[in-house]
Formats: sequence, C-alpha cells, structure tokens
Amino acid sequence: MSRNTEVFVIGGGPAGLSAAIVAAELGAQTLLVDDSAKLGGQLIKQTHRFFGSSNRDAGIRGISIADKLCEDVKNLKDRLCVLENTAAVGFYSNNEAGILSQNAYERVSYQRAIVCTGATENSLAFENNDLPGVYGAGGVQTLMNVHGIRPGQKILMIGSGNIGLIVSYQLIQAGVDVVGLVEGLPTIGGYLVHASKIRRLGVPIYTSHTILSALGETQVEGATLCQVDDRFRPIPNTEFDVECDCICLAVGLTPLIDLFQQAKCRMVHIGELGGLVPLHDSSMKTTNPEIFVAGDASGIEEATTAILGGRIAGARAYESLYGSNDKVEQIVAEAKEELKTLRSGSTGERIRWGRERVLQEVGAC
Amino acid sequence: MLINDGIITLEELKKALPPEERYGKGPVAIIECLQDIPCDPCVSACPVKAIKMKEGITDRPILDFDKCTGCGLCIPKCPGLAIFVVQKNIAPGKASISMSHELLPIPLKDQMVTLLDRAGKTVGEGKVLRVINPPAYDKTAVVTVEVPEEKVMDVRAIRVNAGGQP
Repeated sequence: MSRNTEVFVIGGGPAGLSAAIVAAELGAQTLLVDDSAKLGGQLIKQTHRFFGSSNRDAGIRGISIADKLCEDVKNLKDRLCVLENTAAVGFYSNNEAGILSQNAYERVSYQRAIVCTGATENSLAFENNDLPGVYGAGGVQTLMNVHGIRPGQKILMIGSGNIGLIVSYQLIQAGVDVVGLVEGLPTIGGYLVHASKIRRLGVPIYTSHTILSALGETQVEGATLCQVDDRFRPIPNTEFDVECDCICLAVGLTPLIDLFQQAKCRMVHIGELGGLVPLHDSSMKTTNPEIFVAGDASGIEEATTAILGGRIAGARAYESLYGSNDKVEQIVAEAKEELKTLRSGSTGERIRWGRERVLQEVGAC
Repeated sequence: MLINDGIITLEELKKALPPEERYGKGPVAIIECLQDIPCDPCVSACPVKAIKMKEGITDRPILDFDKCTGCGLCIPKCPGLAIFVVQKNIAPGKASISMSHELLPIPLKDQMVTLLDRAGKTVGEGKVLRVINPPAYDKTAVVTVEVPEEKVMDVRAIRVNAGGQP
C-alpha cells in the first residue's frame, strides 16, 4: 500500500507536533507519524512547570502543553492525518519513505518531509554498568510518569543537567529516596533553582565526583563513587560506597540522525549541539531541499525551543510548496524573536555558539 | 556555594533580601533566583507589578520591596519553586514563611510539620498556619508555616510526617 502527502512529518514530540500543526493550518495536506502509542514525545513525562516566556507556555506543566498541542492536532483532522505506533524506517529516492505500523509496511510519497526524530540517551562507561537496575533518565521517567511504576526504592542519579535535577525531583515526588546526585564537573550543570529544590529535600549533590562501579551480583545494590580532579581523573583514596537499588544515568543526549543520513543530508559534528546534526539553514531546511529538521534532531535543546523550531520548519516547508504569504512570515518572525530571547543570557551561550556554527557551515556550502 | 552544591549561602542571598526595616511593614516576597535563566512567569503573576526584569527574560527578577504587598500570588507561578513570602513578628519570637509544596501528603492547617533548611537538615518543628491549593494553582500548594523568628531565613522546605495530624 502507499500513501500520498504534501508534508510528511516524522516524530510526534513538541517539534513534530508544532511543525505538523503549522503546515496543516497554513493549508498543506500533512501526514504525521510517531512510533509510540501516544503523541507528545517527551512532553507526556514532564510533570514539572516549564521555564521560558509566559507568552508561550512558561509556568505550565509539560504534560499540559502536550494536551494543548494534541487538541490543535485534533481540530485540524481534515488536513492532518496522524498515525501512531508507526515508525519511519527509511528514505528512498524520488521523495519516497517507508513506514512500519504494527505489522504493515507502507510507502509514503511526500513533497516535503520534516524530520523531528529527537534524540537518544547517552550512556556512561563504568564497571558493572550492565547490571539490572541501571537506567537511563528517560526510561525512569517513562516508567514513573507514564506507567506509574517506581523504578526502585533508593536511587542514585548521575548527571546534574536539568534532566538529572528534574528527574530527581520527580522521583522524590513519586516517593523514591534519591540517595545522591553525582556530577563530574565542579559546578552544577542545570538551573540552580532545580538543584536547590532537591537539595532542600535532603539530596546530597556530589560535584567533582564520578561513579567507579555499580555494586551487586545480580542487580544493583550500591555504587562506588570517588572524587575527580579537574581533568576528570579519579583521585586515589577518595572512594566511598553508597547504598541504592537503582542508578539513573542523565548524562546527555545525542541527536537521532539515521534518517538524515539515508536522505543524503550533509551532516556536521557540533559538540555544543550534542554531536552530529544535519546541516540546516535558518529556515530549518537541510542540504536536501525536500527535507527539513526541527527539535533535538537539529541540536539538543529543550521543548519550548523545539516547538518554535517546529513552527519555523512547518511554515517554511509550506512556503517552499505554495510560496509565501503574510501568515507564513508572521509565524516565522514571531518564532525567531522568541528563540532569540530564550537563547540570550549566559545559560544560552553554548547553544548560541553551536547554532552560529551551523549557519557558518551552511554558508560555506 | 550555590553553583557547587545547590545551597544558597546567606552571602549570596543578600542581593535578593529586602532591607531590614521592610519586615516591619508586613509580609514580603523573597525571590531566591540568582541565575539568569530564560524564565519570566513571576513578572506577570504580580498584581502590583513589583517584579521587573531589566534586560528581558534571561535577566534575574528584581523585586521592588516597597511595592510588594506579600500577597504570595507569585509563589505557585515560579517553575523553580524559588519564591518565598516571609512575615516577621507574627507573635513574639515567631515568624511565618510561605512556600510552594508539591509533595504528597499536602499538610492540613494546624498540623505540626518538620522544618528543613536549604540543605535538607531538620531545624525544628512548625505549625501549619495556612494551605492554599485551588485548581488555579494546578497542584502546587502554597503552605504557610510558623517558625521561630531566628530560623526564618533558614527554613525553606517542610516534611509532612505521617501521624502529625492536628
């Protein structure tokens, strides 16, 4: 079987939903596929209030933002077709892609594709890191906030970025004892208000520390930690053990990029954006003029910027088919202004630098 | 230091504190948000426009202590749970502090709860004076507890113990 669509959006997280909503609102026949059972991507696990501008969803819980976007999708059902439990499995030549749902395989003929595949979690090398009880933070959030299952009773968190801090807080809310949070750098990586929030509930934050090994024979029973020097080398004789039945890794994300490589988009490695990303211009268009990108797949950031990037990609994909109009320009101008604001200040420095490099590389093409 | 262990030192806190004489004029907010992160819901939460950000949303919020009425409407709007309202001298030697509370169980009025400082250490027990938890606060309750006046700059969280019913 095969399907035809004008705009084909891969991924139903904040970026993909926003891209599909904008493309369909503007008038393009749009198909959105997502490999999970419920639209929303990581938003459906975000029980905390979002930061950002109160003009766009700040102060609202992530899960409510997902509900809002899904409501918009529903209202556009005449032009926006959604396939859940459906994975995009490959790009072919002649603007064709393959999708796999349940056990059925179909081909999709598209004019423009917007790829919003998000990211995968990084792991960390330490002794016994394959013991049952070692989780990624996304897995912990899925268990806890989607399925209502506690991953353990006593958990050790590795990584002090916003994910590590926020998931620690959510674990405390779920009644799990967070025995500590470990960070290799001498300073906390995420927002300090998040750190203070878990600290005052009694979670020790071990900066300049690392995990040497997970303890236990058949499952996690503890962990050995130690201090590290300014080059992340363990300092001898600083080892100590903590008791826990779970170790949660929140050590960063890497853009999920296989589809771009299949679609012959040129890639560039930018550490500040999480690794290899497809080269793209300020309209989120990759070096393959039919393929656009948005969200974490274009560089690791967070949900609000993913929404804004998705809106730009949706509007520009529509424009590349039908030409521009006032509404397109308004959507793009507003999103760009908001992105600029969100990325300003010292906490946005790395992202600004990374995004600047993408644009330089595109310019050099 | 805050950036190393998540604990704001009193030295770091100084720039967020009102002048001492302000406490004599009634409750006042203390915004313990010392990093320029992109976030601004507190600005629009304030009914008397006492919270400003000079250079856009990545600036730190600056509270006009003269304008602030201590109403506490900003408390549940802060995604960082970083806003507290302090009222000194509610009774001889007693002060109150209001804070966001997002853990179950939500305490009841008059219940005794454990008072925790910024490092999560127990600093005593206090009586719950007020719990505000309307649907508009979307599951962030604002709890006001009575604390010894000399501890009001230390207490920043509570633990609700089973069996601590009024």
